[in-house]
Amino acid sequence: MAEPMGFYTDTTVCIGCKACEVACKEWNQLPSTNGGVNTLSGDSYDNTRRLDGIHWRHVKFIEQFTEDRKDGHWLLMSDVCKHCVQAPCLEVCPTGAIVRTEFDSVVIQSDACNGCRDCISACPFGVIEVNPASGTAQKCTLCYDRLQGGMEPACSQACPTQSIQFGTIRELHGRAQKRVAQLHEAGEKRAYLYGADEKTLGGLNSFYLLVDKPEVYGLPPDPKMPTRNLASASWFSALGAVVVGLMGIINFRNRGAGAQDHEERP
Amino acid sequence: MNTFPSSTYFSAPPDWGWLIVFYFFFGGLAGGCYFIAALIDLFGRPEDRPLARLGYYIAFPCVLLSGVLLTLDLNRPLRFWHMLIESNTFQPMFKLWSPMSVGSWALLIFGIFSLVSFLGALAEDGRIQSPAWRKVRPPGMLNGVIVVLGGLVGFYVAGYTGVLLAVTNRPIWSDTPLLGMLFVVSAASISAALMILLAHRSKWTMPGIGALHRLDAWVVVLEFLVLIAVMISLGPVFRAWVNAWGVLLFLGVIVLGMVIPSALYWRRQWLGDRNVTTAAALVLVGGFILRLVIVFSAQGV
Repeated sequence: MAEPMGFYTDTTVCIGCKACEVACKEWNQLPSTNGGVNTLSGDSYDNTRRLDGIHWRHVKFIEQFTEDRKDGHWLLMSDVCKHCVQAPCLEVCPTGAIVRTEFDSVVIQSDACNGCRDCISACPFGVIEVNPASGTAQKCTLCYDRLQGGMEPACSQACPTQSIQFGTIRELHGRAQKRVAQLHEAGEKRAYLYGADEKTLGGLNSFYLLVDKPEVYGLPPDPKMPTRNLASASWFSALGAVVVGLMGIINFRNRGAGAQDHEERP
Repeated sequence: MNTFPSSTYFSAPPDWGWLIVFYFFFGGLAGGCYFIAALIDLFGRPEDRPLARLGYYIAFPCVLLSGVLLTLDLNRPLRFWHMLIESNTFQPMFKLWSPMSVGSWALLIFGIFSLVSFLGALAEDGRIQSPAWRKVRPPGMLNGVIVVLGGLVGFYVAGYTGVLLAVTNRPIWSDTPLLGMLFVVSAASISAALMILLAHRSKWTMPGIGALHRLDAWVVVLEFLVLIAVMISLGPVFRAWVNAWGVLLFLGVIVLGMVIPSALYWRRQWLGDRNVTTAAALVLVGGFILRLVIVFSAQGV
């Protein structure tokens, strides 16, 4: 297996140019929205709006303005699949369509997916959706085809400010920690890394440098594995079945006198 | 601003719609009716056997319908077999930790059990002339083995859907571990209700019908208690139901599907002969609305 690869996204240097979105769409031949008819959100420079089956990169424009809009700024962040080390989508996929590659990325095999959409509800980041062209769940593949050919992903190659950096996870962690230290020294004390530690789903192979709370960027503060509920939900269901079974046994066994009493109730 | 009651609020809805609501309902009826029929076979009197056969007559068509609904809900329906066979290797596809994977196998296995019991019921009723199928009906060990295994898998089918919802990252669904329990209990209540309705329609008078009335009356109370427990266990996420869905849950499920049927079951004089059938019909309506609210409300968050 090759060394784990991924993205480190430094949101402080993102300029919102959307070159990553365009490069992703071009390389992966993703269809346009509404057959190319221009639809604007009308309330933001963000017209992509969210990650889905045909948008595997999404540059978020987070407005932080005063009410009179005299003062303010944007937080910009290029969002993408996190390629979680403990991937909820891969865990629940009932067809085996979602696999982990030799680069430690998580890829949906479109020819095996049957569109059950279990992975969509399992992903805590809202990354996956169905691509209407294929009828299958789709998301970023970390440009698996390019990686196999020794190239870097299209989005990071296109990024003009190095907000999106590609490399081995070990190297990216070192680079990101140095950047956090640099920002702290420069007075930006809020800078921190999201998803670089193992506490977040075993570590995110696409992690972020942020300067505000995760939820401000539309990221869950505490993403969890869906199977956290499996044991407890199963035991409670079994308990329900036992109680109903006992009720049934009591009623059908004693039904002679009991049912008569019940029928005769005024 | 930017305060969310749970980390589940950042996931995307899977667009499970009406097909899934109907699947949850008919899957619950299939599992529940088989389970009740098995209890009657195992613990009831010989004169109650028509009631058990009624359960098997309901279970098999419902499980068939469930399979059709699930297949139609797939974006690529012709790939339904990928749930059972890995398409790249043609090896069996099974993940013990994925409720959808285990549920697919359970549905297949339950389909076989319900078909066997369905054919056995037909043979016992004399609708098909087959001494071989007659052997799967009581008396005999074979019947016991089939209905115990079929009943367990059937109740699994009725309840795993709630566990499947819990094993996601959607608000409401994954914020409580009690949905599987709620679906199991609700499957019993709607199944008993449907059997009561059909038995009354056939003007049956065997003693097991009285037991079925009482079982449904008890289970509806239990279902109410489990639903309250679900609401409490949601904690701050409960506010996701402080809207039209919550109103529908209160009026459609609690009042229409639980409180009124309970009153009718325990106060027989209110509607005379139609008391029990009205109560059973309301339990069915409430059980359907329950699944509708749970499926749709979590996807609107």
